[in-house]
Amino acid sequence: MTTSKNEILSKLRSQSVPKTELPDLQSIELSSQWVRYENPTEQFAEILASVGGQCIPVKNVDDVNQRLSELPAYQEAKNVCSQIAGCGQPNVSIPEITDPHDFENIDFAILPGKFGVAENGAVWISNAGGPARTLYFLSQHVALLVPASEIVNNMHQAYQKLEFAENGFGTFMSGPSKTADIEQSLVIGAHGARSLIVFLVEESF
Amino acid sequence: MPSHPKLAAEFVKNKERAHWHDQALWFVRSKRDKAAQQIPEWELLREQASKIKSYTVSHLPDLLEEFERNATARGVQVHWARNATEHNEIVHGLLKKHNVTRVVKSKSMLTEECHLNPYLERHGIEIIDTDLGERIVQMQHMPPSHIVMPAIHMKKEEIGELFHEQLGTEKGATDPQYLTEAARQHLRQKFIEAEAGITGVNFAIAETGGFVVCTNEGNADLGTSLNKLHIACMGIEKLIPRAGDLSVFLRLLARSATGQPITTYSSHFHGPAPGAEMHIVLLDNGRSEISGSDEFRRSLNCIRCAACMNTCPVYRRSGGYSYSNTVPGPIGSILGPAKDPKANSTLPFACSLCGSCTDVCPVKIDLHHQLLTWRKELRVKGLLPFSKRLSMKMMSWMMQAPGMYRFVGKMARSIVPYLPRFMLYNRLNDWGKQRELPIIPKQSFREWMKQNHDDK
Repeated sequence: MTTSKNEILSKLRSQSVPKTELPDLQSIELSSQWVRYENPTEQFAEILASVGGQCIPVKNVDDVNQRLSELPAYQEAKNVCSQIAGCGQPNVSIPEITDPHDFENIDFAILPGKFGVAENGAVWISNAGGPARTLYFLSQHVALLVPASEIVNNMHQAYQKLEFAENGFGTFMSGPSKTADIEQSLVIGAHGARSLIVFLVEESF
Repeated sequence: MPSHPKLAAEFVKNKERAHWHDQALWFVRSKRDKAAQQIPEWELLREQASKIKSYTVSHLPDLLEEFERNATARGVQVHWARNATEHNEIVHGLLKKHNVTRVVKSKSMLTEECHLNPYLERHGIEIIDTDLGERIVQMQHMPPSHIVMPAIHMKKEEIGELFHEQLGTEKGATDPQYLTEAARQHLRQKFIEAEAGITGVNFAIAETGGFVVCTNEGNADLGTSLNKLHIACMGIEKLIPRAGDLSVFLRLLARSATGQPITTYSSHFHGPAPGAEMHIVLLDNGRSEISGSDEFRRSLNCIRCAACMNTCPVYRRSGGYSYSNTVPGPIGSILGPAKDPKANSTLPFACSLCGSCTDVCPVKIDLHHQLLTWRKELRVKGLLPFSKRLSMKMMSWMMQAPGMYRFVGKMARSIVPYLPRFMLYNRLNDWGKQRELPIIPKQSFREWMKQNHDDK
């Protein structure tokens, strides 16, 4: 296919397209104008609720366990996975799974999130490529644990935190899976998680 | 190919449906306005997005090479396709090599453009669209009528009937929650059975060699994380220079598309998982041609948010299918003729030049200006229909003869008001279709001026 490549590139190079400049998004004149919030955590919780998710600030993992035990989705879950030590009562062990298909019947997954974005209620999650990546999407219900101190105002601050030096996968996840493809009626729980709870945890975990 | 006016006439015959379609799209447009108003620096963002895309197009060959270099270093295999045929052959070749017979695909207008599904089906491969809207139209053997909401033209009763026939849901059921649940169960099975996942690409990053796919349903993620083979298909214009540029585009995309602050999942793929393969197919298919055109180059800025079609008074009232083009609406009416001016010669006229599309475009494409330019180009190419050519010729002749112009005006003012309806409202008069002609004034402006001002 090198001929195709050469043909496409030489065709593009044969054209005289006026060269334009790339803006510096981090320059003070731009970055000083990106939206900021008085209380980013509050904003995060509000937006997350507006997209069908739920944000619960807690002190530590014990509090998370307490809150989980009160959740009907968690109480009813038959198969539970957890990637956080001491969190939840998992009965499926993640390290033993080599084929992501084996996660097919997971009802509830407790997983880590790196940080949250106030402007859109998104949580950044990443995965080096193990089968556990599927859990974020295949599980019926998902709870994310995010350090409470890790809420940024906007997407520009979010990308300053991100590096893509390693191979791998990462996603901004904002609320549970949803669709409005049938007459614009919003339905939560299309293919992925039917519910998403973000625990903002004060103490390190 | 049937012309836009002809297909639109079919759609507007059903007044109730045309009105319902208009309202459904307007609802989305209103949500977009609310979302945009919540960001104080919205206009600044649009400006940056436009600058970044213009930079990309003006450095496209270098950035494409940079992307290939960085993606390859991460173990992604990069393929180049000049046209749809090459694209489909590459995808099929990869599936064949892995003995894949069942594929799940998340939404990609590019594969629609290439007619990938029928091509793979002819070669004995089952390919399932996993975006709910796309799955619905796939079950009907129809293309999407909208690029973000593929089944926006369908009523829930019709979807209920379709699901009853194909998925065994209860007859007469129309509840979106119930129907979505049925689709969830059906598609989960397809995800589990599939051996490969195909996705489109929303943005590819030259600097890192990675790419981003945005969905609300999580279908791209399920389709790719369960499989060892991921094929991503992208148009060469989907590139951006730096990862940081995504901060601008992800803020604009979903807000412009559906009024959401961001899509539920904005997934960044940077290389295959251990033991898996990741391929990316770069498609030209006429894009390099557009990049050479000073008039239409900016159409390559498009990030396919569909804001222009949601706001377009013509799209909203004529439906996506009236465009007979993979991408309908204002942007499709620019891209369509760029690819095949003859087949798409009526599209730039499916526009009232109201400029609303240009106002909402998050990457500041001068859509209605380009549509106007297309009209001139089509005239130069001799692709205007006889009726338009004739009327323009007559108009030009009359405008050049002031005496004739005054005479014709006078005659019209004294005769037209007394003509019986059938002589005015018939198939020869396009202006009298679905509307009343304006009331003809008793005197011309010249006469009025003379009477009121000339002697004062």
